[in-house]
Amino acid sequence: MNYLVGAFKPPCNIFISFTDGRSRKQVPLKKENGKTVMVALFQSQENIVGEVVIEPIHGKKVEHNGVKIELLGQIELYFDRGNFYDFTSLVRELDVPGELYERKTYPFEFSTVEMPYESYNGVNVRLRYILKVTISRNYVSNIVEYQDFVVRNYTPPPSINNSIKMEVGIEDCLHIEFEYSKSKYHLKDVIIGKIYFLLVRIKLKNMELEIRRRESTGSGPNTYVETETLAKFELMDGAPVRGESIPIRLFLSPYELTPTYRNINNKFSVKYYLNLVLVDEEDRRYFKQQEITMYRNLEAS
Amino acid sequence: MLNGTEDEEKWLAEGIAGIQHKAFYMHRALDSNNLREALKYSAQMLSELRTSKLSPRKYYELYMRAFDELKRLELFFKDDSKHGVSVVDLYELVQHAGNILPRLYLLCTVGSIYIKSKEAPAKEVLKDLVEMCRGVQHPIRGLFLRSYLAQISRDKLPDIGSEYEGDADTVMDAVDFVLQNFTEMNKLWVRMQHQGPGRVREKREKERSELQDLVGKNLHVLSQIEGVDLEMYKETVLPRVLEQVVNCKDDLAQYYLMDCIIQVFPDEYHLQTLETLLGACPQLQPTVDVKTVLSRLMDRLSNYAASSADVLPEFLQVEAFSKLSNAIGKVIEAQVDMPAVGAITLYVSLLTFTLRVHPDRLDHVDQVLGACVKKLSNIPKLEDSRAMKQVVALLSAPLEKYNDIVTALTLSNYPRVMDHLDIGTNKLMAMVIIQSIMKNNSCISTADKVEVLFELIKGLIKDTDGADVDELDEEDFKEEQNSVARLIHMLYNDEPEEMLRIICIVRKHTMVGGPKRLPFTVSSLVFSALRLLRQLQGQEGDIVGEEASMTPNKIFQLLTQIIESLSAVPSPELALRLYLQCAEAANGCDIEHVAYEFFTQAFVLYEEEIADSKAQVTAIHLIIGTLQRMNVFGVENRDTLTHKATGYSARLLKKADQCRAVYACSHLFWVNDQDGIKDGERVLLCLKRALRIANAAQQMANVARGSGGPVSLFVEILNKYIYFFEKGNKQITSSAIQGLIELINTEMQSDSTNPDSVADAFLASTLRYIQFQKQKGGVVGEKFESIKL
Repeated sequence: MNYLVGAFKPPCNIFISFTDGRSRKQVPLKKENGKTVMVALFQSQENIVGEVVIEPIHGKKVEHNGVKIELLGQIELYFDRGNFYDFTSLVRELDVPGELYERKTYPFEFSTVEMPYESYNGVNVRLRYILKVTISRNYVSNIVEYQDFVVRNYTPPPSINNSIKMEVGIEDCLHIEFEYSKSKYHLKDVIIGKIYFLLVRIKLKNMELEIRRRESTGSGPNTYVETETLAKFELMDGAPVRGESIPIRLFLSPYELTPTYRNINNKFSVKYYLNLVLVDEEDRRYFKQQEITMYRNLEAS
Repeated sequence: MLNGTEDEEKWLAEGIAGIQHKAFYMHRALDSNNLREALKYSAQMLSELRTSKLSPRKYYELYMRAFDELKRLELFFKDDSKHGVSVVDLYELVQHAGNILPRLYLLCTVGSIYIKSKEAPAKEVLKDLVEMCRGVQHPIRGLFLRSYLAQISRDKLPDIGSEYEGDADTVMDAVDFVLQNFTEMNKLWVRMQHQGPGRVREKREKERSELQDLVGKNLHVLSQIEGVDLEMYKETVLPRVLEQVVNCKDDLAQYYLMDCIIQVFPDEYHLQTLETLLGACPQLQPTVDVKTVLSRLMDRLSNYAASSADVLPEFLQVEAFSKLSNAIGKVIEAQVDMPAVGAITLYVSLLTFTLRVHPDRLDHVDQVLGACVKKLSNIPKLEDSRAMKQVVALLSAPLEKYNDIVTALTLSNYPRVMDHLDIGTNKLMAMVIIQSIMKNNSCISTADKVEVLFELIKGLIKDTDGADVDELDEEDFKEEQNSVARLIHMLYNDEPEEMLRIICIVRKHTMVGGPKRLPFTVSSLVFSALRLLRQLQGQEGDIVGEEASMTPNKIFQLLTQIIESLSAVPSPELALRLYLQCAEAANGCDIEHVAYEFFTQAFVLYEEEIADSKAQVTAIHLIIGTLQRMNVFGVENRDTLTHKATGYSARLLKKADQCRAVYACSHLFWVNDQDGIKDGERVLLCLKRALRIANAAQQMANVARGSGGPVSLFVEILNKYIYFFEKGNKQITSSAIQGLIELINTEMQSDSTNPDSVADAFLASTLRYIQFQKQKGGVVGEKFESIKL
């Protein structure tokens, strides 16, 4: 049996490692099989340096038409499963065709790699970066090994960051004025603001602030929009009267947010919204949704 | 529908069970130093407090359970060796909770540790907490949450001398914090009133009063802050508290909070901020019981004043009285709908205040009464019995304080207030006044005061217009009039001039009292005048001829007029007695014609007015008795009068009465004075006549009823015989006495006589007396020796 199993097993093991692997930050990544693994974290313009070790299984020789390593940036749309769209593809030849008898180490380097998009794992779309080592062979299938890594890009704080301020209402029924101190938030930010009640003629029960993520994929008639509510945060309990102002302080850190992605390679967008919901005693909901921009801030992460 | 209370019990039990259940997991997390789990389960536990189903009382029970658990959680939070998170991070961490109520309870809990750690200025944390709590707008939940905040922050305020005081944290921050929490709590509390259906108003008010102490506690905290000195209280605390009180426009809150302010802050502060405090009163809702509020304030200030004499100058300095007085005026003006009773109660309190604080300032008292008159004059007719009671209290207060009606009489507004009472109350008040005079034995000594006094009690003196006479209770009426009669005796002045004036005034007032009152008042008046007469006699030498009005003659004229007024009643018996009394006085003054005149009047009354035989008997005996004592008459006048008296005696209806009157007349001819008349013969004539009548009476009795008549009459006559015998009337001999005794014995033994134990005893003791006199020996013994028994 062992022999048989051995027959289908690739004749060699491939290990991909980064030179600064020990010191580099690791972040969790959810794999397709549902397991979470820790992988290395990069950002755009970084040098991706490491080595590939190929170790033939004892006593076997591997005949090949060459060894190469690719750095791929892929977008995978779930409605189009199996079709990867590579927006980045870099190749390094590691070895000329020949035979491998023993363990061999190939250093590689991609310098100042342009990785404009962040890794993203959404409802209908996934954006991932991988290193792919291929040992090309004649007659038999190539031997391939992947190594995921995560890319996150940091943005400096926006120079213009206006508050969101708005007066909304239902005539002769409810008038409120709300204010969020900023329109752009980093991922560990705090939403500060307040709601000022100008007129209250309905019996409110409570008020909450929702953080919603809107992911749209595809384009034209094939656009899929998926909205998730990531946070429900109760702001007020009970019925306010005219003139009351209710403070808002919502810490974003507990929630799994990403930066806002606008039209990533014409494939998808991810947007964030604050949804202010007022619920009356008959459970009718009155709401107002406002887009906010999320960005990743270096200092805060 | 299920029974409401039963349901509530069920819900409460469920809530408690929920708390216990979650607390169990929380404890486990605490024991294993698991912060994440601890936060999770504590938030779940606190979620039980989100219920809307419980009344405040039940909610409180639930709250207390959670409160105990939070104390445990606090201990865990405090010890960062257990959870390894800094307090700053913890402060953020607890804010991740999705539900606001658990979040804020946790925030307050961590906040208190945050302050304690001094990693941030106390004021920042406090300000943050009190601001964040705005998120809970539900009245009951909000009140309890803020009450929790007040509770945990109490010992962490940056007060003077507190460890939390620093450059950045001043006592002002502490005050700001408490004031803000107070304001928000009050708003929530007031809001309760306007939520829910209108028909359960009563229930809601009850629920609200159960919560009042939560709100009031803030004021108590304020009063406990060391740094709140008079200056700060005056400039910041009071104005801001009052602003809230006034603006909340809720009667329940306003009443409770005003009272609370008055009770928790020191008296000294109140005194120094009277103007501000009082300025708020007219701005309160018309339904607020301002009178009680002000009354309590005045009570407190009164007690403060009473506590030490040292503080009195302060009262003067701040012009407490005029401020209070103004405030009351404004309140009454502002609250047009305030019932009369409210206004008057206020005046009563003010009066009590001034009586305690400025007992020497009668003008204040008068001012209060004046203000009250003004208020009352706007009310056409005071019909509210409670208001009436308050007016009585108002009028009684000065009497009680000064123990002296004389003081009250100098108050010009006093009678004007009384005018506004209804007839019954007016009388009641008049009685109070009289009783006060009686109790204190105060003597009213000037005519002016008497005039005022009678003005005050005029309800008792005469019938008031429109009074329903039928309603009068006979006994009450008698008591009232007796009191007036007693009062007249309290009016006295040593100076005859003034006394005469007093009498004239009293007469003027009493004469209009009508036939029902005169019998009560006239006799007092007469005796009062007679006293003046005696007084006059005592100092006769000095004043004779000095003043024409002051002669005894003049007084007698007055007396005659007074007594004549009784003819209108008519009350001849009383008039007769009074005439006789006057006659005696005239006798004392040695004025024969006046005495004669009085007797004439008495006889005229007897002839014309006294028809009742019993009254006649009494009257004739009175006349005889008085006449016997007269020594002013000349022979002629005396003869006329005695003749009349004997004549009338013999003409009485009943034989027994005749007999007795006649033997009484015998005394008219024998006066034991040195130069008194001693006409033994006529004495004997009288006695004999009496005997004849007694005989006739006996026979009549035999004829009429077949039994013996009154033997006692004989015994009585025997006694008269013995009297005159003893006094040395030569016409009365021992044999005559002996004969009489035998006659009596015969009568007694006769078959027709009914045994009469009284008469027997009478006779026996009479005989014993004779025996006794015999044994005495000496002149008397000798004299009696001749009587053989």
